[in-house]
Amino acid sequence: MVKKMNDYIKDFPILNQKVNDERLVYLDNAATTQKPRAVVEAVTNYYYHDNANVHRGVHTLAERATEAFENVRTKVAHFINAPSKDEIVYTKGTTEGLNWVAAGYGRNHVKVGDEIVISYMEHHSNLVPWQQLAQQTGAKLKYIALQADGQLDMESVQQQITDKTAIVALTHVSNVLGVVNPIAKIAHITHQHNALMIVDGAQSTPHMKIDVQALGADFFAFSGHKLLAPTGIGILWGKSSLLAEMSPLEFGGEMIDWVQLQKTTFKAAPWKFEGGTQNIAGVVGLGAAIDYLEKIGMDNIQAHEQVLMQAILPELSKIKGLTIYGPQEAQERTGIIAFNLDNLHPHDVATALDMEGIATRAGHHCAQPLMAYLKVPATVRASFYLYNTLADGQRLVEGIKATKEFFKNGTI
Amino acid sequence: MALSKLENLYRQMILEHAAHPHHHGSLKKTSQKIELRNPTCGDVLTLEVELKDGKVADIAFAGSGCTISQASASMMTDEVIGKTPAQIAKMVVAFSEMVTGKETDETEELLGDATILAGVAQFPARIKCATLAWKAVYQAVKADDSKATLGLLHHDV
Repeated sequence: MVKKMNDYIKDFPILNQKVNDERLVYLDNAATTQKPRAVVEAVTNYYYHDNANVHRGVHTLAERATEAFENVRTKVAHFINAPSKDEIVYTKGTTEGLNWVAAGYGRNHVKVGDEIVISYMEHHSNLVPWQQLAQQTGAKLKYIALQADGQLDMESVQQQITDKTAIVALTHVSNVLGVVNPIAKIAHITHQHNALMIVDGAQSTPHMKIDVQALGADFFAFSGHKLLAPTGIGILWGKSSLLAEMSPLEFGGEMIDWVQLQKTTFKAAPWKFEGGTQNIAGVVGLGAAIDYLEKIGMDNIQAHEQVLMQAILPELSKIKGLTIYGPQEAQERTGIIAFNLDNLHPHDVATALDMEGIATRAGHHCAQPLMAYLKVPATVRASFYLYNTLADGQRLVEGIKATKEFFKNGTI
Repeated sequence: MALSKLENLYRQMILEHAAHPHHHGSLKKTSQKIELRNPTCGDVLTLEVELKDGKVADIAFAGSGCTISQASASMMTDEVIGKTPAQIAKMVVAFSEMVTGKETDETEELLGDATILAGVAQFPARIKCATLAWKAVYQAVKADDSKATLGLLHHDV
């Protein structure tokens, strides 16, 4: 399987280069992924042959652009098993999707005394919008605790979600710990208390088959650029009944039904949320990315990352002074590994790895409350994707060893 | 290349300053105190300055950070003692220019041992680590005019 997956590397021209005189090993996929030729060409072809504004022209190009734009909606619905393409809203990314739910739905429905439940492992984009909503409405923001290995504490889930809970907003996969949260179970508890289950799918959608219905989600948001598509395009899925009750946040062209001097009626969802000219080329690129992923098969991608983790985690664990955050068992996580080396600051480690051609991220990963919870200022993060190989994993292991040797007396 | 280029950044003196930083801790008498954060990594730096007769009489820093930020803070504290706010402003500008690759004839005279951090210019991702302490001292001694810093350290905001 790994061998077959390695064939896909040639589809990614960017990977074929040297960085600091070493073959590039790109392990910053949780930040953004590289783009295959098929995606870049789809965007180029759109601009070369079909570019026009959607929904308004009567000419042939406008019809072609509109058809491409709306076809991707159907493709996305199928990709995440949404019941209807009309529940697929284009956004610029996960952050926008979550903010729209908090502001467009939350402000109309959350009242003083209500509770919003999130967890300590949330990315700032699934934390700050709810914190803002809580401040604006007088609701209380509550946090689900984590176990020592970074998994959600299910007892805390039971305690924190109550009849006062209006919204439970959780990440499907942690962008730091790589842990996969049991969303379906938590959604069941959430619905028993008549609350809504909102899911941040930024780190799960690129790596596993998503079924929003099986997850029991009410809203689900993800980004295109983390699954091979261009930056600036994302998806918010919501149940039709909820999208109908959610207010648009951007008013203007495209989203209106009838504008009079003193009042305006809006189109139905999803179009009422899509004010102004949309990122049409981004949508076309997202469609090509989904085609590419489905050709490989999401289950194969997940299996490939498991093979990598099962090979790399034990090698990393052997390095003395290396701490891996999150569950230690490969099957409990995706291809994200956050780690630190004793007496070394993660920034120094990431700079050293970069000198060896290995791209990782160092910092708080937009999860400062989680860093505080783990009692570390920051970590190094290596995140793998379908085009990474066992050799890449070995390069990481060797790179870390060389870094340790270089700073053998420590830096902090 | 592997790690050989790293030695341009992690010079022995830098590693020593980071391991045993000078003026680390807090002051008994403080006229200015400032806390700055590097938003990209979450590092926090607290700086205390005692001004006397228009000059820095004593200084101390605390907080956590990478080798570059700790060494830079340590070297900065060595260099600014006895200097006036106007001199410090000139030093901060010289430092900011040095780490972005613009050394002049005056750089070494103004910055002393801290000139060794010039290697940071080859590592653009680490410029913010190096400038944090200098930005802090600039704001601390010019607390009434801290907005000016935003223009001064333009690569840093």
